[in-house]
Amino acid sequence: MSSTVRAVPPSRAGSPPPPAPLHRRRTYRLGRWDLKYSPYLYVAPFFVLFGVFGLFPVLYTVYVSLFDYELLSGTREFVGLENYHLLMQDAQFWNAAYNTLGIFVLSTVPQLIVALMLANLLNRQMKARTLLRMGVVIPNITSVAAVGIIFALIFADRYGLINWLLGTVGFDPIAWRDNRFASWFAIAFMVDWRWTGYNALIYLGAMQAIPKDLYESASLDGASTWRQFWAITVPLIRPTILFTIIISTIGGFQIFTEPLMYGNGLVRGGVDHQFQTLAMYIYEKTFTGNSEYGYGSAMSWLLFMMIIIFALINFALVRRSVKGDKK
Amino acid sequence: MAPRNRGRLPGAQLWQASPLTYLALILGGVLSVFPIIWSFIIASRDNSAVYEMPPTPGDQLFTNIDRMLANDDAAFVYGLVNSAVVSTVVTISVIFFSSLAGFAFAKLKFRGSNALLLIIIMTMMVPTQLGVIPLYLMMVELGWTGTLQAVIVPFLVQGFGVFMMRQYAMSAISDELIEAARLDGCSTWRIYWNVVLPALRPAAAVLGLLTFMQTWNEFLWPFIVLTPDTPTVQYSLKILSSGLYQTDYVALFAGTALATLPLLIVFIIFGRQIIGGIMEGAVKS
Repeated sequence: MSSTVRAVPPSRAGSPPPPAPLHRRRTYRLGRWDLKYSPYLYVAPFFVLFGVFGLFPVLYTVYVSLFDYELLSGTREFVGLENYHLLMQDAQFWNAAYNTLGIFVLSTVPQLIVALMLANLLNRQMKARTLLRMGVVIPNITSVAAVGIIFALIFADRYGLINWLLGTVGFDPIAWRDNRFASWFAIAFMVDWRWTGYNALIYLGAMQAIPKDLYESASLDGASTWRQFWAITVPLIRPTILFTIIISTIGGFQIFTEPLMYGNGLVRGGVDHQFQTLAMYIYEKTFTGNSEYGYGSAMSWLLFMMIIIFALINFALVRRSVKGDKK
Repeated sequence: MAPRNRGRLPGAQLWQASPLTYLALILGGVLSVFPIIWSFIIASRDNSAVYEMPPTPGDQLFTNIDRMLANDDAAFVYGLVNSAVVSTVVTISVIFFSSLAGFAFAKLKFRGSNALLLIIIMTMMVPTQLGVIPLYLMMVELGWTGTLQAVIVPFLVQGFGVFMMRQYAMSAISDELIEAARLDGCSTWRIYWNVVLPALRPAAAVLGLLTFMQTWNEFLWPFIVLTPDTPTVQYSLKILSSGLYQTDYVALFAGTALATLPLLIVFIIFGRQIIGGIMEGAVKS
């Protein structure tokens, strides 16, 4: 046995060398290079493009915010924290922050709660399942600008659909623009209309991963469907809920198009700025009139900070209130 | 504790929808669709009948669309064409770069891949809109303001896409398949092109649809960096809504209908995939 094993290698080595080895060695080296380094080439485009057009501008915003930077007049002067200092005393900035927060709360809270309920309803065996799912997500595929125009007319003061409906049941018409709270409500309604179904689908996706037998045993133990929803469904999809909260916070604080189109395309946000959001104010300061890029950048950066803080607060609140079975 | 039996259990009737569920869902569906239908109704009316209640359709839809398209100030036709070009280029690019990077993260071994993937996931949390001021200054510097590359180039890659493709490639492509291709002498690039890309097609379709819709609907950035001479369709709508033609409401609504119609068509054809994509993509994030 051992002799045959030993006998094999010499015979192989002794066979005449085919012309291939040199060539094969080169392809082998190329292959090794290919294996080792080509993955970096494949992921590089993302990092280069994102770095240049995504990350760099966000970081550079901090730098610009330290300057008195105006494009038209050519002013470009280092002023340190002066822009931030001025912002603290800018009543219109705080007004915009107040509006943004108000619209954010009015839109996000009902949106996510209704989405949860909707997902729970969709998570059943039913006829026309796909059709119903398509129905609830249709608002999300419409163009935001178009939605703004459509809802501006639905919530119009004099000839609007809502005021007409209110009138037919005997209520006084509501001043959907002049009244601060009413305008917030109308804008929040647009946001809710557009995003509730989308969030419901996200929740539905998560719900379908929950094993059905958990509900079986719960109902054998006599738990009502309502109880099962809060004790099984909600805790088990907690990571997804947290995800949607973070996404909604990031989106909600940057709200721009809906209030803009609601106010007929003007960045002022109503005669008294009653529905001007932070993104609109940044736009007003930066891209109209004096082009105060430094001031606008300081605001952008503060907005970023607010988003992070609010995302973290929401994260902590939800983590505490929706207890999971495990950490 | 409980066995993970995903099959249909005897108690499955618990999951049958009740009539009340149907009622609630149909109501939700009506509420979802109504504003769109209503805008089409207004778009079909004569200008003198804009505010007429109750909402019943008129017969002027095509007249209004014609007037909308002929309106030079809004350059609406340009807007539609520009939007189509921008959305198509961005979609193809996102699919290409996402599948390439997703394949590398899912199936190739290289040092630092975990850290790089983590960075990609974190980029999904960076609100890029907050960098618009420096981005605008960059575009001024490059001389790109008012050109379509200003609204294309910054969106050529997308962290979400890379992550989604990576997740799909992990489950859809077996390591044996790639090994076999390697033994046959395929280079990594050929494996990507001939083996991986075809296998990723379902996920690429979903990513493409979502990207196309998102790009088509992009508002703030085109509004900042483009000019009324080179609008996207959303920008055209904005010009119309605040411009001279405010009184021509029916034409404006014909415009909103035209801006939404391509997406509605895409959605009606690919609705199932889009819904699947929303449900999948989010769960895995």
